[in-house]
This record gives sequence, structure tokens and C-alpha cells, in this order.
Amino acid sequence: MRKKVFEGSIEYFQVLDEDGKADKALEPKLPEKELKRMYELMVLCRVFDKKAVSLQRQGRMYTYAPLEGQEACQVGGPVALEKEDWVFPTYRDNGAYITRGAPLDLLYEYWMGFEEGAAMPEGVNVFPVSITVGNHLPMAVGMAWGFRMRKQKKATMVMFGDGATSQGDAHEAMNFASVYKAPCIFLCQNNQWAISTPSAKQMCSNTIAQRALGYGIRGIQVDGNDVLAVYKAVSEARKRAEKGEPTLVECITYRMGLHTTADDPKRYRSDKDVEAWKQKDPIERFRKYLKGKKIWNEKYERKVQEEAVKKAEDAVKKAETFRADPAKFFDFVYEKKTPALEEQKQAFLRGE
Amino acid sequence: MKSKSKRSCGVNEVLEITLINAINQSLDQEMERDANAIVLGEDVGLNGGVFRATEGLQKKYGPARVIDTPLAESSIIGCSIGLALAGFRPVAEIQFAGFIYVAMNQLVNHLARIRNRTQGKLNMPIVIRAPCSGGIRALEHHSESMEALYAHVPGLKVVIPSTPYDAKGLLASSIRDNDPVIFLEPSKFYRAFRQEVPEKPYTVPLGEAAVRQEGEDVTLVAWGSVVKASLDAAAQSGKSVEVIDLRSIVPWDKKKVLESVEKTGRLVVVHEAPHTGGFGAEISATVSEEGIFHLKGPVLRVTGYDTAVPLAKREDYYIPNAQRISKAIIKACES
Ligand SMILES: Cc1ncc(C[n+]2csc(CCOP(=O)(O)OP(=O)(O)O)c2C)c(N)n1
Ligand SMILES: [Mg+2]
Repeated sequence: MRKKVFEGSIEYFQVLDEDGKADKALEPKLPEKELKRMYELMVLCRVFDKKAVSLQRQGRMYTYAPLEGQEACQVGGPVALEKEDWVFPTYRDNGAYITRGAPLDLLYEYWMGFEEGAAMPEGVNVFPVSITVGNHLPMAVGMAWGFRMRKQKKATMVMFGDGATSQGDAHEAMNFASVYKAPCIFLCQNNQWAISTPSAKQMCSNTIAQRALGYGIRGIQVDGNDVLAVYKAVSEARKRAEKGEPTLVECITYRMGLHTTADDPKRYRSDKDVEAWKQKDPIERFRKYLKGKKIWNEKYERKVQEEAVKKAEDAVKKAETFRADPAKFFDFVYEKKTPALEEQKQAFLRGE
Repeated sequence: MKSKSKRSCGVNEVLEITLINAINQSLDQEMERDANAIVLGEDVGLNGGVFRATEGLQKKYGPARVIDTPLAESSIIGCSIGLALAGFRPVAEIQFAGFIYVAMNQLVNHLARIRNRTQGKLNMPIVIRAPCSGGIRALEHHSESMEALYAHVPGLKVVIPSTPYDAKGLLASSIRDNDPVIFLEPSKFYRAFRQEVPEKPYTVPLGEAAVRQEGEDVTLVAWGSVVKASLDAAAQSGKSVEVIDLRSIVPWDKKKVLESVEKTGRLVVVHEAPHTGGFGAEISATVSEEGIFHLKGPVLRVTGYDTAVPLAKREDYYIPNAQRISKAIIKACES
């Protein structure tokens, strides 16, 4: 006897086409104020990011991982969450921090090499970045599972790349989420590259989203350069999360910049590929949409740009004048220093 | 491969090359020598590795022998075991030593034990190369010196070169070795300086320390990232310091260290790794067991601290520098 025991398929959607025209059936009903907030955040992300790259080039900052091209994911995902929810980002997700209200000066401080920059103020529910790729998924699942056990209405969202999906931790985490019905959203930014490795060499599955089927959870693929598509997918996932249904959202996007400022993409990809993706720029697309809705005009643009530049510049000033206690790196290894560590700190302070 | 100057001495070409050039050359020559040698890891092919250690190798040997893998360290090492079972000699690159940990189970429970588990029937000729230690202003997890972790695992060899000459010869020995070798490369030395290195293949045996400088007052034992600072410190201190570069910590050259301590009567051990449980403790304990009657005073250690390696801005406070080492040399000589 033979019979089919499993069948599945994965849906893709886009709300805004490349000209910013909305698919009316899918268009989320968002008030003008919210649309403007999203646009302003996207602009702020880009300004923040370009500033960071330029600071690194001037020797005022260390290695930095640019987010350019991924603003739709990093704004559209986090804005769809509730205030109490938690986000688990990677090194590339400064945009998610910004969207969740992180002070810009702290972000710059972190990338300038100060641990202090990773400590978010109360209410900014973003966990410190995972520098190791793919290992933060189980943590996000654990927290979500904990929320569920405590009967809290909160959820977590973990952000990761296409490369991260190869890690065992990523697979294990999705299975745990499924088994424990964790209110967790897996937001994958498939930006086509893991340093020099293209997604097509990273995996032989057609989509990342289809992996969800293997764990018995929902998977969906969206246009990751369309902020409304990401927003819609994550808001729907957020609703399902409350019912104990985790979702994997794969966003198709592109890393426009370098992997990090230490990388040279000319070694592995052509400018032509990058050019093609320029046409899909997430900010321009959203701008066209807002213009069509008469929300956007030149004057508004100038104001948004000016405000973003000012915010970034003020933050850089603050970060660059930050003076740190040199010996602080001894202080948070344990709640209370071991005798050996205390001795080491004292010796350090004596200049030994 | 680029080289600054080239000098001919008889039949042997000698090139002035960096440590990263030396690694590249050794990989190339070993792959040429042994058709079973393969290189695998993240971004090692087209990109030539993030530090360019494998530059040009995929072009020369093809994508079947220089393999860009998916992003999964546990499978890079786990599959290396399998590839070795199929007769290959895998040289796996882990992009930074801080990313090995997801593969720790493969490493500790399997790779290190397969010879014993098969009662000597199977070799595990695998090299795991990874950049280690600080000084390059990198992000979290890019600067650790965790050699003692591996030294504590029976079945693994642990090698840490500090010069281009040694890097080339030690890597050749490691690739030819039938046991697994963790090969840690201090990233700050990759391009820091050049050294004359013979172009033809040669080996530097594992377990043989190099006396970098002879001295009478005190023995200084170091390896990897702190060898250069130790030599500077020796010069600054005004003492006659015998500087020994261990080069591999499993196996380590106990004989040379004990002989030197017998001569000088004093010992300073320097490592960048954290203090507690660092390999310096092993050396100190061994000298107290087998050479205590030669000692005129206590063995001193200059090490990293029992903390996380601080991020870029405070990194220099963590890494033992010539000043700290020099103070220890002078203090040791007071006894
Ligand atoms: C466990 C681990 N292995 C390797 C690395 C080195 N590394 C940093 S980012 C990266 C590529 C990640 O690609 P992806 O997950 O697609 O994220 P993206 O950088 O594209 O945002 C690699 C290999 C790392 N940080 N952690
Ligand atoms: Mg990617």
C-alpha cells in the first residue's frame, strides 16, 4: 500500500510592486501617521547606516556590518510587534534596534568598541546582537516558551540571515518552537549572501520558508524590499503567535553594501547584480506609494532627511565624547567577583 | 603569491613573506604533494578566506578540493571526520576560533576519540585551522585565546605558530600528521611582519620549542600572539632573558623548558589566554614537580584576565604587553 502522507506548499506575497503600486486585496489598512512613522524610520536607518560606514572609513569606528537595502525588513518586522515583545537581532540589525526605540548614540558606541553600547535602556526590548551566526534562535524560542508558560500575551521575534539557516541551532529552535507552541516569529532576511556564499550554494531547497513545513509550523515568503509585505506577514504571524503558532517569515531582500567594512564584495559578485537590486530599493518604493497617497512631498522629504541627519550627528557626537572606565571589563563577569578576579582587577588598577 | 624581495642562496629560493603568505604556501604545497589533501570551510573558495589564507587555491585545485561549505561548523568538522574515513586529509578552516564551539561535540566526543574507539584502526588526519587572539579591533568572539580548552582534550594536538617560517613548517607537519591538530593562527601577525622563508616545502616538528633568544638570568616561555611582546619586553628589561617559543602546546617541549630553567633558575610564562586554567598553569606545575630544585624563586605568569576579551576600545588593557611582561621579568630576577 502506498499513499501520500504529506503535502505542502509555500505562499509568496508582495503588497507594493516596484513602482509603489499597492495590491488592494493585500494592502494593510494603516493610518497616515503610522505610514509616516515607518517611512521616517526607514530613512533614519539609512542615514544612521551610511554615517556608520563613513565613520569607519575615517577611522572613527571599527568593523561595521551595513544594513543598506534591508530597511523594509528591519522596520516592517519590528513595527508589527507589541511594545512588550522582545527582538533577538544579529549584527546587521541596527535598523531593528532603531525601530524599537534604541538610542542611536548607544548603537554607535557599541560599534566604536564600547560594551556599554549593548546595554539597552529599560523598555527597549532588544537582546544584544548575536555575533555568532544562528545561535540566538533557541534563546528567542525559550523566552517565547516562557511567556506562554506564564500565560503572558507576549511574543519574541528572532532575526537571522540565509546563512544562519544552515546552523543546527536554527533547525533545533524551530522544532522546539513547534513542540512547545512557542509564540515566536522567525524573521529570516534572505539577502542572497552569507559573506561570499550565495544562497544558492548555502542550500538546495528552493525557499527557506518551506523548511517550516518540516517542523509542522507555518512558513511564508514575502518581498523583503516591500515594507508593507513584511509588516503584513509579521502582524499576521504575531496574531498566530498568541495562539501558540510559531511562523517562519522569509523576506527576499538584498545586501546592497559590504558584508562588513572588512569585506570586498568585488571578489565574489558583480556590480551588475547590485545595480539590478537598486531598482527594488525599499525606501524609494515606499516613497512612491506615499506620494501616490499624497502623504509624501518634497518639503516633507527635506524635513525627514534633515531630522534624520541631525539625530545621527548628535548621536555620533555623544558617542565620540563618551569616556569609559578602563577597568569596567572586570565588573560583569560574575554577580560578585571571585577572589581571583578581584585580585586581578586590583593588580590592573595598580598598573601591574 | 606576492613577495617583497627574493633572494637566491644556492639552490634554495628564499622569500620574504608574511604569516598569511606562509600558510597559503604551505596549503598549496601540501595539496600538491598529496592528492588526498582538501580544504573546506566558509568562504575559503572564491573569496580565498576572509583573511585570504586560501587565496588562489580553488582556482588551482578546483571546487572539489577547495570547498565552500554552508555556514555550519558542526558539520564542517563532523563531515571532515567522514571525509577522513573516506580517505581524504581534510584541512578545515573555521573563520575565527570563536566559532568552533558549535562543533565542540564533534571535536571532543568524536574526532579526538576515534583512534581510541577503534583501538588504533583508524587515523584522523584532520587539521582545523582558525585565526585566534586579539589585537585586530574586531567584534565579540573574534579575539579569544582558548588553546587550553583543546589542550585539555586527550587526542587533540594544539599548534600555535608566531612566525611565518614556523607557520609554514608547522602546518606541513600538521597536515602530514595522522592525528587531529587544532592549528591556531594569531590573526594580528597575519600581515604584521615579513620573514625570510624557503620556497621549497619543509616541516617543523610538533613538540619542539624554538629558543628565540638565549639568556642567563631568567627563562621566559610564551607562544603565539605574545611572543613578539615577550621579545620586546626582554629587550626593555635589561636582563639576560632566554625566550622560548613553545610553538605547540600539545605536545609541548618540556625538556627544553626544564633545561633552560636549570640554567637560569627563574621562570616567567606568558600567554594571552585567561589566567585561570591557562596552559601556563601546566608549565608552572610541571616545573614545580620536576625542576623545583633549580628554581631561585616563584614561577610568575603574565596572562590575559579571567574576563571576556573586551571590545576594541579596551582590548589593549587585556592583552599582555611588553611593559607588563618586562615588570614580571624584573620581579622574577629579584629572587
Ligand atoms: C558561528 C559563526 N560562524 C561564522 C561566522 C562568520 N560570519 C559572520 S557573518 C557570516 C555570514 C552570515 O550570513 P547570513 O546569515 O546570511 O547573514 P548576513 O551577514 O547576510 O546578514 C559569517 C560566515 C560567525 N559570525 N559565526
Ligand atoms: Mg545573508
